Amino acid sequence: MQITVDAEKCCGAGQCVLVAPEVFDQRDEDGVVVVLDATPPADQHALVEEAAQVCPAAVITLS
Amino acid sequence: MTQTPVAPPALTTQRASGCPFDPPPSKTALLESEPISRVSLWNGATAWLVTRHADQVTLLRDPRISADNRRPNYPSMSAASEATRDQIRAFINMDEPEHNAERRKFTGDFTIKRMRALTPRIEQIITDLLDAMEEAGPPTDLVTSFALPLPSLVICELLGVPYSDHAFFQRNSAVMVDTRSTSEAALAATKELGAYLGDLVESKVANPADDLLSRLATGYLKPGHSTKRQCANEALLLLVAGHETTANMIALGTCALLQNPAQLAAVRDSDPARVANAVEEMLRYLTITHMGRRRVATADIEVGGQLIKAGEALICSGDTANRDPEVFQDPYTLDIDRQARQHLAFGSGPHQCLGQNLARVELQLAYPALLRRFPGLRLDVPLEEIPFRTEMAVYGVHSLPVAW
Repeated sequence: MQITVDAEKCCGAGQCVLVAPEVFDQRDEDGVVVVLDATPPADQHALVEEAAQVCPAAVITLS
Repeated sequence: MTQTPVAPPALTTQRASGCPFDPPPSKTALLESEPISRVSLWNGATAWLVTRHADQVTLLRDPRISADNRRPNYPSMSAASEATRDQIRAFINMDEPEHNAERRKFTGDFTIKRMRALTPRIEQIITDLLDAMEEAGPPTDLVTSFALPLPSLVICELLGVPYSDHAFFQRNSAVMVDTRSTSEAALAATKELGAYLGDLVESKVANPADDLLSRLATGYLKPGHSTKRQCANEALLLLVAGHETTANMIALGTCALLQNPAQLAAVRDSDPARVANAVEEMLRYLTITHMGRRRVATADIEVGGQLIKAGEALICSGDTANRDPEVFQDPYTLDIDRQARQHLAFGSGPHQCLGQNLARVELQLAYPALLRRFPGLRLDVPLEEIPFRTEMAVYGVHSLPVAW
């Protein structure tokens, strides 16, 4: 799994951090998404998929 | 012979008798019968009512959907909100790219990390309020003794608004969110609160403290990036949205738990992770933003087999989405152990609630603390005598008489 995010469009809701805190974080200054691990291990895949699904601005792409 | 077209049914907030926690049955029935249908609004205008979860997520994320309430067909909530449209122009009613640029002034103030860091202070506020309740003894109105002061105190500290002015801003805020308010009354309340907040931000240019309005003053007002009016509008949005919503979640949520003793006991006695899950379910089940997300299509958009034409108004009703059986099994049951994270209580799309993680922290702390302090908590009047906020922008209870 490869994670890409469109940080420009991120609205800082933090949903991804709530769902998959080991993979996503927020920048302190503006709450914009930070990917901690762009190629997460298999045990995180389901959570990452859920994070992509609930991201309100739909900025998380998985390949 | 020309036929007069029949006006579509009126959009209602009236709930079924004895079912104060469920959306109006005429709205939820549409999930099955006509997921996207025409409705009439208070002023005779019409809009599409979008009831299903999937269609709402699709639409609210679509950049061709506008939240700009200055557009001719924007489906306003009431005469009051129409009259105050220009007074309270803030990012909630802006489109991209202006919206994100404006919202990002505040996203750093509402990160999950920052909100969780407020936990000790919020716990202290909760303890103080519960102490006062205990000292005064039963009965009490939970709204005035706990549900409203808690988020008001928190948002005041966060913004840097003196809580000693709470009677003033709560009174004006109540007029602003009451759909029955006259245009004149709503305009007067909005102007009064806006002027107060504008002056407050301005005063912080010379005397900044560690609060959000000081950052607005020194970072945006002083260097000329924002006008005083813009700062006032943004402060107004954060102040009103920051206390009306959470206050109603606390009071209405407590009322709902009192009807569901097993669920109440679970919220009272569980670890923080289970309580956090319970709060998501409470948000889903209650969906206090019962007026829906109001938008205008800027292009022809086909969704759920329905063509929405450019310029047409639409309302995404989160309360019906959160009862959508396609997404939530047994949706009319409050089940704090279900996985409810995909609920739309905070909306979806780039406008999804900025303060949602503050609300989460407050609710995760407030419900268990209240229930643990007063294990014998009960309604002091029958449920049918509770005054529900059917006519307010945010649903909930006007008061909640409780005893213990």
